[in-house]
Amino acid sequence: MAVSGGAWVLSLFIFVPLAAGLVSWALGRSNGGFSRWLTLAANLFNLCLAAVLWLGAAGTVTLPGLTPSAAGSQWMAELSWPWIPGLGIGFSLGLDGLSLTMLALTGLLGAMAVLSGWTGIRERVPFFHMNLGLVLAGINGVFLATDLFLFVFFWELMLIPMYFLIDLWGHENRHKAAVKFFLFTQIGGLLMLVAVIALVVLHAMASGTWTFALKDLMGTVVSPVVGMLLMLGFFAAFAVKLPAFPLHTWLPDAHTEAPTAGSVILAGLLLKTGGYGLIRFAVPLFPQASRAFAPVAIALAVAGIVYGGVMAFSQKDMKRVVAYTSVSHLGFVLLGLYAFTAQAVSGAVLQMVSHGISTGALFMLVGTLQDRIHTRELDRMGGLWAQVPRMGAAALVLSMALVGLPGLVNFVSEFLVLVGTWPVSPVATVLAGLGLVVATIYALRLFQSAFHGAPREKWTLTDLDPRETGTLFLAIALLVFFGLYPLPILHMVQQSVSGVLALVSAGGSV
Amino acid sequence: MNASDLVGILPLVILAVGSLLVLFAAAFTRSLPGSFLLTLASLVGSIAASVALGARGPFTAYGILSFDGFVWFGFVLILGGTLFAAVSSWAVLRRRAGEGGDFFFLLLLSALGACVLAASTAFASFFLGLELMSVSLYGLIGWRRESGLGTEAAIKYLVIAGASSAFLLFGMGLFYAATGTMDLARMAAAGAGQGLIAPVGLGMILVGVGFKLAVVPFHLWTPDIYDGAPAPVTGYIATVSKGAMVVVLARAFAPAMVGTGGVSGLMGDGAGTVSSAFPWVFAVIAALSMFGGNILALRERNVKRMLAYSSIAHLGYVLVAFLAGQADALRAIAFYLVVYFATTLGAFAVIAELSGPEEDADDLDSYRGLAARRPWLAAALTAMLLSLGGLPLTAGFVGKFVILRAGLGAQLWTLAVILAVNGTISIFYYLKVVSAMFRGYVGHGAAAHSPVGAAATGSGALAGARARVPLLAAAALAVLTLIVVILGVFPSPLLSFIGTLTTSGF
Repeated sequence: MAVSGGAWVLSLFIFVPLAAGLVSWALGRSNGGFSRWLTLAANLFNLCLAAVLWLGAAGTVTLPGLTPSAAGSQWMAELSWPWIPGLGIGFSLGLDGLSLTMLALTGLLGAMAVLSGWTGIRERVPFFHMNLGLVLAGINGVFLATDLFLFVFFWELMLIPMYFLIDLWGHENRHKAAVKFFLFTQIGGLLMLVAVIALVVLHAMASGTWTFALKDLMGTVVSPVVGMLLMLGFFAAFAVKLPAFPLHTWLPDAHTEAPTAGSVILAGLLLKTGGYGLIRFAVPLFPQASRAFAPVAIALAVAGIVYGGVMAFSQKDMKRVVAYTSVSHLGFVLLGLYAFTAQAVSGAVLQMVSHGISTGALFMLVGTLQDRIHTRELDRMGGLWAQVPRMGAAALVLSMALVGLPGLVNFVSEFLVLVGTWPVSPVATVLAGLGLVVATIYALRLFQSAFHGAPREKWTLTDLDPRETGTLFLAIALLVFFGLYPLPILHMVQQSVSGVLALVSAGGSV
Repeated sequence: MNASDLVGILPLVILAVGSLLVLFAAAFTRSLPGSFLLTLASLVGSIAASVALGARGPFTAYGILSFDGFVWFGFVLILGGTLFAAVSSWAVLRRRAGEGGDFFFLLLLSALGACVLAASTAFASFFLGLELMSVSLYGLIGWRRESGLGTEAAIKYLVIAGASSAFLLFGMGLFYAATGTMDLARMAAAGAGQGLIAPVGLGMILVGVGFKLAVVPFHLWTPDIYDGAPAPVTGYIATVSKGAMVVVLARAFAPAMVGTGGVSGLMGDGAGTVSSAFPWVFAVIAALSMFGGNILALRERNVKRMLAYSSIAHLGYVLVAFLAGQADALRAIAFYLVVYFATTLGAFAVIAELSGPEEDADDLDSYRGLAARRPWLAAALTAMLLSLGGLPLTAGFVGKFVILRAGLGAQLWTLAVILAVNGTISIFYYLKVVSAMFRGYVGHGAAAHSPVGAAATGSGALAGARARVPLLAAAALAVLTLIVVILGVFPSPLLSFIGTLTTSGF
């Protein structure tokens, strides 16, 4: 199933945004037109590349149903360049349906992020786009790396530019938020680094060869206790990013204080790296430990779903509402992953996509509103629909996406997660279903207090301009399309999902 | 003495002759450029000799100095570090009136001491090198006689170094009394069955060494001296004087550690004796240094003092690799030293460039908006600080990785986790400086912006960037930045080169 044109194409996903970022910094002018167009072009290029690969893969892969099958050749394309051979480290990338889905999402949301900062970012424009390019390169690297060192490298690479995006272009309390974001994610990342090296050392002791390659390390035999400790090292990093319930406290601050483009990337992509890491690394490397840990993870997930929902309901800041809904919705990802059934895991992956698109769009919408009225206080809004019908319509659809209304992809993913979790834990399913009820309350409150009712203050607004309209309605169109016809995504990720599940169930028979 | 020995120590001879020539040049001509060029020439000559001799294989000279791949590597590191410090000093000195170049005499002498120290295998050469290095440093630290802080720092260093030398000498005396040997290599293996005197002597030697390395709890002198000394000298102290000590320590303990599994091996040897505690002492010192240095740096607003504290933590990281004690550990130490040298020298070179003739730019506020005023200096300092913090695309990431690998290879789980936690803490304060540089910076000025124009580094095209970085200093800084970035992306050549050194050397 090799992709025509050679596997080096994979490296473009990383190098194109990287180069675009560096060039836009080096050559960009203060008015920023060049930087904006260049970064946008880079993202659109990646999106097109992902689309082409997608079409190629869809033509050859036919995977009916969601039954687990043996993990044969998992990768559609693999790239392996020597990097630090002395330490067993290679520049190894691998593309499967899961990574391709995530890469397409990155291209889409990257472009959306550039567009959402098109007029709002006026200071240090070239430097802004350099950070944007770097963080996107890091994210794509995370989605492609099949060498653990390379993975950690990209994982850490995402941090500094994101820190700058929040710290330099954010809102009022940006410094605190940026530092909090950084410390949480960094400590998680370093614990993962320790776990990675420990795993490699153990593997080297057993086999005599130093390697960081995922496929070699997957068979490493470790004692249950050590396996659990190492798995927790990985889990720490991914749970902070996801974020799982007790480790989420950086998220509301970071999402709220980040500039719109930063929020789009944070919510839409950075959180997904956590879920992706769990599927790609934490579970396949430590299937037994993951299975043993599943009850805890499910409990954390349910707690996050309910807690995030309740917190979202009680916020006054519009961005904070959306931020807490992320905690709730990413709880579904965690829940689905650790239910270890085909439906639930597919649902979790689909939830990453649907949450990425819907929340990215929602943050962009809040950003457009904030650009106009310079506040995010829900108490000061109200009755805006009359003035801005297009914005209101978009907000309505996106609020319904928060609810999980049938017809939108969010419904499909949450439904799949719940269906898949029921055989494993009815209690968790019921409690998570409670989260959907809470979602109805906070989503309706969000929409009503901003767009319905009597205006509480006199605002004069202009409606969405063509750039904003186009971006938001494209996102909505995608939500509807995949809501009605989710099979392309489910097919695309099916093989990866069944591969992971095969590992987990094989771990049980030993 | 025979000719072969003399050729063998050619780098040292070149340094000694060079320093004398500089002294005469400074005395008779008072020409700063002249002395500077002589300094550069002797350093380059000495480096070239070291590289050439590196191919010759291990040998011993006069029974107290021995040379192998690792030592030659240390020589190049020490002399290269001195070279960069010299360039950075020259850029600072030429802004001051009445400088005649005698500064460089002390610098070369100190480098000579550092080299002797690195190559030493006996107490005599160890002490000789150490004193030569330290005594020259007194003068260098207090070079700005008009500055109260500088003089204070010099006096403090004199007292502390004197005290630590006293410890060292007394410890050596006790050790000799108990074991009858003055050989460094036996130091680590000593202990079992020799009563209390040898371990006590060894302990006192370690106290002296600890002062030089400025690890907790022997670190109290560091911030004041880093603060008071001129920035290039601070960079020199942080790198060369500590690096030489790390090299000799690694060599002295390597035979005892290689192949024994590090700490556990040492403990097995001397179980039940006082010296069996030494690995534990090192482990505690490493942990304390990491936590102490990083936590003290957190609240610091003086950038030089912040880097002083951070250097304490970095020596703690090195000690983790040191404790791992396998061939891997030596490689990790060697690699980390390169990284640490390049980043620290680079950071202090930027500080030196920003500093006036009398006072250093050490307050955090003076870095505010630097990215707008002097973008290339800010970019270089950003790279250095991110590398010190161990972030990817910089050498520091690979350095930290290599140390963790060595530590985990020897199953030092706790220390590895402590290192990871400290890596996080440290980034907090490095980022404080980085953020300050980019804050208050509202984009490239409309008229002035042109990175191409600014590429001539501080060409003065930007508003507020009056000062001009001398071409040589700019080139040196560019080289250091490139080293930091290239080692971060392609560490493989250096790693494999170091691999060839340490396997042959040990």
